Amino acid sequence: MFRRKGSRCVARFEAYEVRALRQVAAEVVALLTDGFDQADPVVERLFPAVYPDDPASTADLRQYMDGELKTAKIDQAGAILAALPNDGGTEVSLDEEAADDWLRALNDVRLALGIRLDVRDDMDLEEELDDAVLRDPTSPRVGQLELYGYLGLLQQSLLEALTA
Amino acid sequence: MEDMAAPQVIPADAPEIEEVPEHDRPWVTIVWNDPVNLMSYVTWVFQKLFGYNREKAEKLMLDVHHKGKATVSSGARERMEHDASRLHAYGLWATVDQP
Repeated sequence: MFRRKGSRCVARFEAYEVRALRQVAAEVVALLTDGFDQADPVVERLFPAVYPDDPASTADLRQYMDGELKTAKIDQAGAILAALPNDGGTEVSLDEEAADDWLRALNDVRLALGIRLDVRDDMDLEEELDDAVLRDPTSPRVGQLELYGYLGLLQQSLLEALTA
Repeated sequence: MEDMAAPQVIPADAPEIEEVPEHDRPWVTIVWNDPVNLMSYVTWVFQKLFGYNREKAEKLMLDVHHKGKATVSSGARERMEHDASRLHAYGLWATVDQP
């Protein structure tokens, strides 16, 4: 988890945390590059229609806004990848600008994961996790719910470190 | 909110047509609730992008959370489209409308 150190936000990540962060960040980059598909619910959530009742105006706007937005999202996910080693644990130290990139990137990966997991407003993460473990402790959903919870705590700790 | 049917006082020189032409009516940027974004993060984004103080940003965030949406800025259409795009860069779900 992040904490404030002088003017920077610092965190120590274990090897398994580095692997998890690299994986989710790389998944977002892949989603925004090779596999870009506006019909994907994750893409629809990351690039919402500006005029939900007016597809023509939304499409016009997408032409000159979504390119820049896509580049920004790829860059911010790239900021996570750039700060982490390929393997092993590490210490990360972010200045204000990098912390901003990380906050946005962590939000994007949480949005992507949240949609895949069908996270709802009234969902209690611990209850949901208990249910998933009872049904099948080896299911991918158990690991993904744990990861989703971890990323929320990490984003919150970075926000607190940045605004401390 | 209480809805009192108070008599309306109309100044003597009030114009007869109160309808503002469509192109003069302001546009608005609306942020919608979603189950993923952290409340603290949404408040921080409102402060950062619009320069709102903490109290105003928190009130807007709570409106989004409890009422499902909130109007976060208003003005010319192009400016609202720009605001929506900036909010999208931060992962908030924003749309533009002319109420």
